Amino acid sequence: MTATSAPARGGVRSPARGGVRPARRRWRLPFSPWHLVLVPATIVLLFPFVWLVVTSVEPQSEALHFPPVLIPHAVRLANYPDALHSAPFGRFFVNSAIVTVVTVLSNLVLCSLAGYAFARFRFLGRTALFAVIMATLMVPFQVTMIPQFIITKWLGVHVLAGVGINHIGALILPNAATAFGIFFLRQFFRTLPVEYEESARVDGASRLTVLIRIVLPLAAPALATLAALTFLDSWNNFLWPLIAITSTNQMTLPLGLATFQGAHQTEWTLLMAANVMSLIPMLCIFILAQRHFVRSVAATGLAGT
Amino acid sequence: MRRRLVSSEQFTGWAFVTPAAVIIGLFGAAPIVWSAVLSFQKNNLLTPETPFVGAANYRQLAHDPVVAQAIQHTLVYTALFVPGTMAVGLFLAVAMNRKIRFIWFYRTAAFATVAISTISEAIVFIWLFDPSYGVVNYFLGWIGVPPQQFLNSPSEALYVIVIMTIWGWTGFSVVIYLAALQGVPQQLTEAAAIDGAGPWQAFRRVTLPLLSPATLFLAVWLTINALQLFDEVYLSTQGGPLNATTVLVYYLYNQAFQQFNFGYASAIAYFLFLVIIVITVIQFRVGRRYTYYRS
Repeated sequence: MTATSAPARGGVRSPARGGVRPARRRWRLPFSPWHLVLVPATIVLLFPFVWLVVTSVEPQSEALHFPPVLIPHAVRLANYPDALHSAPFGRFFVNSAIVTVVTVLSNLVLCSLAGYAFARFRFLGRTALFAVIMATLMVPFQVTMIPQFIITKWLGVHVLAGVGINHIGALILPNAATAFGIFFLRQFFRTLPVEYEESARVDGASRLTVLIRIVLPLAAPALATLAALTFLDSWNNFLWPLIAITSTNQMTLPLGLATFQGAHQTEWTLLMAANVMSLIPMLCIFILAQRHFVRSVAATGLAGT
Repeated sequence: MRRRLVSSEQFTGWAFVTPAAVIIGLFGAAPIVWSAVLSFQKNNLLTPETPFVGAANYRQLAHDPVVAQAIQHTLVYTALFVPGTMAVGLFLAVAMNRKIRFIWFYRTAAFATVAISTISEAIVFIWLFDPSYGVVNYFLGWIGVPPQQFLNSPSEALYVIVIMTIWGWTGFSVVIYLAALQGVPQQLTEAAAIDGAGPWQAFRRVTLPLLSPATLFLAVWLTINALQLFDEVYLSTQGGPLNATTVLVYYLYNQAFQQFNFGYASAIAYFLFLVIIVITVIQFRVGRRYTYYRS
């Protein structure tokens, strides 16, 4: 490979004056020089993960030691059960899973319905309603969070029998349908050829049947992208749970972890063990569905340009 | 027949839209108006009376020294975080945009930060930068730098938060730039090489302009997120030491949910909204001049 690629660019060079340079050519690295950049960069990127895991299996005495013990002399896996005993991480995990799964599903259903209506139907007030929904997309969450808190609280007391502040339902309901999801799916539905839908209608299918049987299967990539983005948002959400939830048994993982950190500031080994446990499910899903996550994140960029 | 079809479209249209519209109306649209009203009220959630106080909240905002500090910290943070993240992302994406051995590993390592929550990220970095036992102080010792106070130091805390958030957003910016790089047609860079451009020139004159839509998107997106920085501050410093890391959203949260000044907090929220709009509009205006769209 060295022999064939090196002269390709230096072919014109005269041997007389090129005495030094061809000699250097022969010393070409046996691998792409980009590895020299990527290896250190990857070490820096991965180091926080590695240090997280190392600390999580260290005995407290080695973690609280300076200079740090880079390779622990003893592995103390008991940090994990210890962390589980000091806070209900299983509960946090289940809560996070419930909130995330329900939010993703309800977004898929409600945004599909609304997005399809905005894409295909003509109804009174369509333009105005769509404009209002798009306007909410531009407003940062901080502007709406105080009234959202008051409304959720009021709903819990007066309408929804307890499903208000301090109930995981409060984490689902406000995000059960998002303006982004509606916009994203509407844009996608509009790119689909309308002929299939028309012929199904002629054959007597209802509009709902057309949506479920014809449109949604064609929109599978868009639905998967929306699911992935909603999943990430919901799983990592922190500010709203921080405001809406106070009792431990209703907390999601990020909030539970933050509370645990507040209560056990110096117990770094337990904190890191808890952090590892909170990361593992997400990292597993990420590694299994990496292609999809990456494509979905890239899609936000394409939507923006 | 036609009329029935039209009216059925009316009905189905509304039936399809209503569930989502109720949720977005209730939790998205109505609060926009409500918090505008709140920002002209005194509301502490404890007393039932919520008297209108005119523009008093906004006047208070203009004279609050902590708000001035928070604006300054927010802007300094944004000015460091946004270009920093974009530079790291572009550099890594260019390095990873080739078929070499182990490239899947490098890419997975970079993308993995997408999956990390801000909370996990902050906890790890608080530990890395711990003043007493932190491994960063240890590494700095290798090159002769004395131990630093980092998050406990008013002059360093904000920069530590910049570093941790850049790390957390690296995956995102790499993904965006890699996707854009894969859309750069190879013929163009090859044509530049044939015309005598070196690799740097080809990158500077051909690749970079073709990446400009991704660059504009990232600049806008990262800026909006940077102006809303909260999670890392809440977890690592709570705005301290000596307000050194009090950013706008942290102060807003503090006013709303720790001091229960809902009216004043709403005024801060609207001010933040204004800042975001102004900066985004400027970015699009300036960006349009330098952005190159094919087709």
